[in-house]
Amino acid sequence: MSAIDQLFADLRAAGRKAFMPFITAGDPDLDFTADVLRTLVERGSSMCELGIPYSDPIADGPVIQASYTRALEQGIKLRDIFGMLERLTPELPAPVVTMVSYAIVYRRGPERYVAAARAAGIAGAIVPDLPADEAQALADACRREGLSLIQLITPNTPRDRALRIAEQTTGFIYYVSVAGITGERTELPPEIAENVAWLREQTPLPVCIGFGISRPEHVQALAPVADGLIVGSAIVRRIAEASHKPREQVLRDIAEYVDTLLAAMR
Amino acid sequence: MPILPDASGRFGTFGGRYVPETLVGALDELAEQYAEACADPAFQAELDSLLWHYVGRPSPLYHAERLSEQCGGARIYLKREDLNHTGAHKINNTLGQALLTRRMGKHRVIAETGAGQHGVATATACARFGLECIVYMGAEDIRRQRPNVFSMKLLGAEVRPVTSGSRTLRDAINEAMRDWMASVGTTHYCLGSVVGPHPFPQIVRDFQAVIGREARRQCLDQLGRLPDVVVACVGGGSNAAGIFYPFLDDAGVKLLGVEAGGRSGAPGDHAAPLCFGSPGVLHGSFSYVMQDDDGQTADVHSISAGLDYPGTGPEHSYWKDIGRVEYTQATDAEVLTAFDRLARCEGILPALESSHAVAKAMDLAARLPADQVVVVNLSGRGDKDAAEIARLRGEEAGGLGEQERTEATERGKLR
Repeated sequence: MSAIDQLFADLRAAGRKAFMPFITAGDPDLDFTADVLRTLVERGSSMCELGIPYSDPIADGPVIQASYTRALEQGIKLRDIFGMLERLTPELPAPVVTMVSYAIVYRRGPERYVAAARAAGIAGAIVPDLPADEAQALADACRREGLSLIQLITPNTPRDRALRIAEQTTGFIYYVSVAGITGERTELPPEIAENVAWLREQTPLPVCIGFGISRPEHVQALAPVADGLIVGSAIVRRIAEASHKPREQVLRDIAEYVDTLLAAMR
Repeated sequence: MPILPDASGRFGTFGGRYVPETLVGALDELAEQYAEACADPAFQAELDSLLWHYVGRPSPLYHAERLSEQCGGARIYLKREDLNHTGAHKINNTLGQALLTRRMGKHRVIAETGAGQHGVATATACARFGLECIVYMGAEDIRRQRPNVFSMKLLGAEVRPVTSGSRTLRDAINEAMRDWMASVGTTHYCLGSVVGPHPFPQIVRDFQAVIGREARRQCLDQLGRLPDVVVACVGGGSNAAGIFYPFLDDAGVKLLGVEAGGRSGAPGDHAAPLCFGSPGVLHGSFSYVMQDDDGQTADVHSISAGLDYPGTGPEHSYWKDIGRVEYTQATDAEVLTAFDRLARCEGILPALESSHAVAKAMDLAARLPADQVVVVNLSGRGDKDAAEIARLRGEEAGGLGEQERTEATERGKLR
């Protein structure tokens, strides 16, 4: 049983939901990324999603784009990110999954990428620009190495296609709350609950909701209908303040924010 | 040659569809609607009528006699896409896509533009069909192609400056894709080149193939034979794909694509992925691209905004690998020389993009015997570039001599 499968089995047995923050690797440097990951897990995050900076992220809004740019301007390389995770993951009591563009995976080669990710202690991969139709080679490599391949389903995915995507998915399904890019939103579409409920009836896989979630009221409304929630831009925006705030202060701000969302989840 | 792309949108191993799930449905719909439109004689008839009466097709195949004489070898013919309405080949594609937009019942169109030619052509087609039009353009390109920015606004389009990344065409495409992610239900993305996810490379090639069909027919009618060489500039590669495609099966016709050689062959100094790059994924498609060892897109440079792009079309990548098309590059300095030459001896101001093709055609013609024929796709007119050329030469727009040019070069303004 993979680390992610184990996590969701435990959460389901306890009647709890996963809280999964997203941050960018190397924003503003990898030491701070490791500190933020430790803080996020200490405060009770079930799993962390780490964005591998990419030069042309078409699914991301301005906040995450800017964080990718900051990280790349520091000259961050994939081997440095994997090196940091190799040291960190043994002491981190929560799985780490990466959000990574297929441009980066392809450059290494799917086989080599997956092997290197496993060696770094990474539990899963989310590849936002690799639709299921193009994903077979990576899915095969992931299955062989035991890396979960977390696929995305969106509000405009037809239902028969959603089932095909679910069949290729391991770990959990990432349900995208809105047709659009990442970023905080005031309101989320009302049909999320119905779509996620339908999906959870069709597949034994856990379904987590991401994109746009940032407020306690979002968490309150969506936690009951899903297996977990993903929060990205709202945390990345706080990390951006490390440019002009003491890092201890940024870590405290993040901890406080996460506490608020976790309280809304219970 | 096999009929490509295949059912999965591939040209050999190149192409495909590397996009977020949110866009897959819209690409499926577009592919389906396009297939239906191709099978509908009324669609083709309406497009042909527009190309004839509105664009001014067919564009002439012009024998550049003085240029040929000066080069001292083969006869050079120019396929005059610069004479089209809006001054470039881009209108061939945007009218076709506007008709598709109407067919799909969408009312809003977004586009990216580099040199501004595709932006103007999209704004024009949208005005003609009463569609809302938003054009994303890099802030650096807005600066160097200002005349086109104003034209787009006059045509009723909204021009949105893109200030992320390199502030050029590549970032404009990113921003247009992001818009489309959120607007895909009501909006058509009118992509301007043979790049991006399937079915765009196919659709744009097919709409541009009118250039090659005409040029081939004109060669037979005017010269009684096919040309020996066809030359076109390649950024994303739409004008090249359009003129090459109908000649693919003519084994005796050599096809030459000219990329932006920029300042030098060093990384960051050029925009020539087919000459210097490697296969990778960018903007939804698998193709030759300038990238680092992690797969991050590399910075590129070209004097011409329309070729200042780190990727290229997947079909060009395929043609390169099977050896059907040869790809080379022309430097910024060679391009300016070609621009001057065509202006002075033929009275034609070519776009800086098209000047890349002119530069290599001149080289080639000089080395070929007089009975050979070189056809150059003169894909656009150069009025838009006059001010930028003046700036590069350290001049106000006005009398530009070789003397001033040499001085500007020495001052490092033209590297």
